[in-house]
Amino acid sequence: MKHVPIISASEITPREIYQGRREFIKVAGLGAIAGAAMLGGMSFDAAAAQSPRRKIGKFVKTPYGSDEKLTPYEDITTYNNFYEFGTNKSDPSQYAGSLVTRPWTVNIEGEVKRPKSIAIDDIFKLAPLEERIYRMRCVEGWSMVIPWVGFPLADLIKWAEPTGNAKYIEFITLDNQQMMPGQRSGVLDWPYNEGLRLDEAMHPLTILAVGLYGEVLPNQNGAPLRLVVPWKYGFKGIKSIVKIRFTEKMPVSSWMKAGPSEYGFFSNVNPNVDHPRWSQATERRIGEGLFARRRKTLMFNGYAEQVGQMYAGLDLKKYF
Amino acid sequence: MQRNNLILNAKIAFFIVALLPLARLVWLGLTDGLGANPVEFVIRSLGTWTLVCLLVTLSVTPIRLIFGINWPVQLRRMMGLFTFFYVCLHMLAYAGLDQWFDWQAIVHDIAKHPYVLVGFSAFVLMIPLAVTSNQAMIRRLRQRWKMLHRLVYLIAILGVTHYWWLVKKDVSEPFIYAVVLFILLAVRVYYKRPRLLDTFWRPDKAATGA
Repeated sequence: MKHVPIISASEITPREIYQGRREFIKVAGLGAIAGAAMLGGMSFDAAAAQSPRRKIGKFVKTPYGSDEKLTPYEDITTYNNFYEFGTNKSDPSQYAGSLVTRPWTVNIEGEVKRPKSIAIDDIFKLAPLEERIYRMRCVEGWSMVIPWVGFPLADLIKWAEPTGNAKYIEFITLDNQQMMPGQRSGVLDWPYNEGLRLDEAMHPLTILAVGLYGEVLPNQNGAPLRLVVPWKYGFKGIKSIVKIRFTEKMPVSSWMKAGPSEYGFFSNVNPNVDHPRWSQATERRIGEGLFARRRKTLMFNGYAEQVGQMYAGLDLKKYF
Repeated sequence: MQRNNLILNAKIAFFIVALLPLARLVWLGLTDGLGANPVEFVIRSLGTWTLVCLLVTLSVTPIRLIFGINWPVQLRRMMGLFTFFYVCLHMLAYAGLDQWFDWQAIVHDIAKHPYVLVGFSAFVLMIPLAVTSNQAMIRRLRQRWKMLHRLVYLIAILGVTHYWWLVKKDVSEPFIYAVVLFILLAVRVYYKRPRLLDTFWRPDKAATGA
């Protein structure tokens, strides 16, 4: 296998710049808080602190989702659920500058031949990077079309060499209150974790993303490494992964702990099974403006043909 | 005369201030400032200002009880009607912008989702209050008018519950509204406890007017 360095050392942002940015974000954050207080907590801060945008050197285009209209970059990077940086949609784009993504190591453990750890730059070389345009459907009833850059999770799994006992795979986000100030609140059981059945993880649609719109993943979208499972609700796409654990038993995710009656292990997009809070029959496509009509939500988010057989015989109302 | 001027000026000032949230939305709409999910932004914003107006309306009595300041009472009808104004816009934005007047989907939404149901109930209960808010109705209904308008306490509780239940996990913002509402109601109970005691624990005494 040919190893192409995707991000050269010169592209890596020096620590001083990160630190400087963190100071700036603190100041900007205070300003935003003051502004929000004045407007009764209703401020929408357009002057969000942005990380510098960096192109990804080499990736191949794929036919996935090429018929879809892309959600604008601005919307994908300012409307985020990433509670590690706050619970408002605009919080991550404002505060995620405190996350330092280099150096970054991912530990592989559990039911594997031997535990391993791998640096993020080596993860970039595990498999050729490709662009996958996927629909993303949030459990809250909105959706986007995102051009991810990443590689099949299956490639990492093969490299990790799970044992025959491995039935599930669990992912864990960074646990660091300095870099992720939202973890100081007890809104979820930190660190965030998620899980997949091994066959779901091995499915060719499942990818680990390192970028979007041909650029390195912005912090607020889960830099440097996140999961994308396009037929499941967005919260399954765990961000800023530091640990991958192979297990025999089904992992219990942060959201399952937070609301067992609301969030199941599978969390497949399903218009026929309502969330207690939101109807799942329709969705609002982000970026279509004030006067756009909601669209019908599709079974498995429109990927039923590719993934439906994995759930044959499973009562999807019970295993939601 | 001087006093009447003060009230008039206060009314004009309140009228202008109460229109600012709407003006802000229109401005943001015209300048592409409503964010990635403008429909959600507009609905949430109108809902928030409905709650704010409602809590302002409910603060008139506590201000009178604690500080002995009586004149805000003369602005209360306007406050209540602005609450109704914002809740109507909130409902219109939900039914129109979000659901495109798909009544089947709306009925399903109300029936299936508890937070929508309590919010919708609060809206329905506000209609008779708005309809009977004029002088003629006050005169016609007399004692019953007072009874009817006590519905506002239930409406406020439903409204805050609506906000609390719609939030996915972080209830810190609805918590603030709940605390304010609790204080506003607790002040009433505290100051009116002798009469409440009479009514609920010694009904015979209350009936004889003792």
